[in-house]
Amino acid sequence: MQLTNRARKTDKSPMTLAERLYIPAIAGGLGTTIKHFFRKKPTIQYPEQKREFSPVFRGLHVLKRDEQGRERCTACGLCAVACPAEAITMTGAERKKGEENLYREEKYAAVYEINMLRCIFCGLCEEACPKAAIFLQPDKVAPAFFERDEVIFGKDRLVEKMDDRASTGIEKYTGVKS
Amino acid sequence: MELSILIVKSLIILVIFGITLLIATYSTYAERKVAAFLQDRPGPNRAGPFGLLQPIADAGKMFFKEEFIPRQASTWLFILGPCLAMITALMSSAVVPFGDTILVDGKEVMVQGIDVNIGLLYVFGVVSLGVYGIMIGGWASNNKFSLLGAIRAASQNISYELAMGLSIIAILMMSGSLSLRTIVEQQHGMNWNILYQPVGFILFLTCAFAECNRTPFDLPECETELIGGYHTEYSSMKLGFYLFAEYINMFISSAVISTLYFGGYNYPGMDWVRETLTGSLGAVAGHNVATLIGTIVFFGKTFFFIFFFMWVRWTLPRFRYDQLMNLGWKSMIPIAILNILLTGAGLLLNTKLMSWVMVVIIVLVVVVQGAVANKKRAQTQSYSKA
Repeated sequence: MQLTNRARKTDKSPMTLAERLYIPAIAGGLGTTIKHFFRKKPTIQYPEQKREFSPVFRGLHVLKRDEQGRERCTACGLCAVACPAEAITMTGAERKKGEENLYREEKYAAVYEINMLRCIFCGLCEEACPKAAIFLQPDKVAPAFFERDEVIFGKDRLVEKMDDRASTGIEKYTGVKS
Repeated sequence: MELSILIVKSLIILVIFGITLLIATYSTYAERKVAAFLQDRPGPNRAGPFGLLQPIADAGKMFFKEEFIPRQASTWLFILGPCLAMITALMSSAVVPFGDTILVDGKEVMVQGIDVNIGLLYVFGVVSLGVYGIMIGGWASNNKFSLLGAIRAASQNISYELAMGLSIIAILMMSGSLSLRTIVEQQHGMNWNILYQPVGFILFLTCAFAECNRTPFDLPECETELIGGYHTEYSSMKLGFYLFAEYINMFISSAVISTLYFGGYNYPGMDWVRETLTGSLGAVAGHNVATLIGTIVFFGKTFFFIFFFMWVRWTLPRFRYDQLMNLGWKSMIPIAILNILLTGAGLLLNTKLMSWVMVVIIVLVVVVQGAVANKKRAQTQSYSKA
């Protein structure tokens, strides 16, 4: 049975003198390599020059705040359930009186940790979140770490700063700022 | 010898020594750059502008590495190996004529270390001593892979030295002298030996690759089979010496090739240049500037061949060992002997172009046989289709 018509019969006839001389073949090979010598180099000079990320790039996680600066996360745990790498853990807590300006709902995440060694940056947590609280930033790469204890990112590193709001990437499609 | 001549001569020798080292240093840079360009990469560009300080950084790294001598190794021979490789590599540049003469104090001084009348033999002798460095180093390492690499180097060098010597004999028959300077002077006015010895040139070039242990003949140090070959056990600057010796050898081979086959410091129209320069600058200055131009031309030719060495390295795969031996003994040596016979017949018939007979015959056979083979292949294909 023939699946494609690309199959060729092997040619086992003895080599001709031209083939045994190697010289024509070598000249051909040299021609091929010298063509590459003058080609444009596709290299990107990394630290000075950076490749543009895809608009759907999934980078470092961020826990968003709403417009009034309150944390959106309610510690429902759907992201942890959705996470295929089981990288997310959290502990919920009840909002006290006087904390209304800190947390949007009555329940909030007292502890929220992502293990960056486990995370595979699939973005399922982002899709699972009903409160639009967790996002994978399209413009920020997860930093390198050198120690084991730097691997687990807590709320101090995940929750966005009030003066430096993070990009979620969805404004590019919806035109709405999250 | 007068003092001024002595000073100029020792200056020339020092400069040649320095230039040899400099060129070998920057050959490592050129190799990496050429390799990168042939592979669509920009190559080293971080150390200094265009990465020009890269060789210095490499050498610095080499010096600061651990100087390791295996316990079972023969210590003195282990140290002697790279030294020998380096010494022999450096020695051969002494007889290469880098240029014509310069006038100092009304005396002509040759731009050459020493002009010995057996220059070519000297180069051959020193180059064949070079294999001792590899052999001793490989043996003294007391390591099977090193020994295998060393044995390969020795047998390969011996095999290819034969073909190399035979291909040179044709040139010697035409020039009647072993002095490299005489050979260069005879090629004055576009009488380049490449025009009379095309076959000899190809043989010599191939053998030069083998003698320098460059790809496609780098079996002594092939990583895929022998880890690092003869320098498996070496580290630090001892390894650096081996690698450096290889680059010096490459430079010397390129210089010898351009001396023997491409007219050395001769270039078309050099007499006219010399006359106009002596006319406009005066006899002494004009002569010296004309010599300088010749030297620059010589280095241009040499650099082209260094580039060719690298170009081939990134084009051809390595030979298998039996293919290497077959090529050396069964093809190159018979062809070289045939070339000698043809050249001799040509000298009797008062023509220098006799070598071309072989080229013409080979091309004819190639064309005819290729046509026949194509026809046969077309036939078999049409059979298999039907």
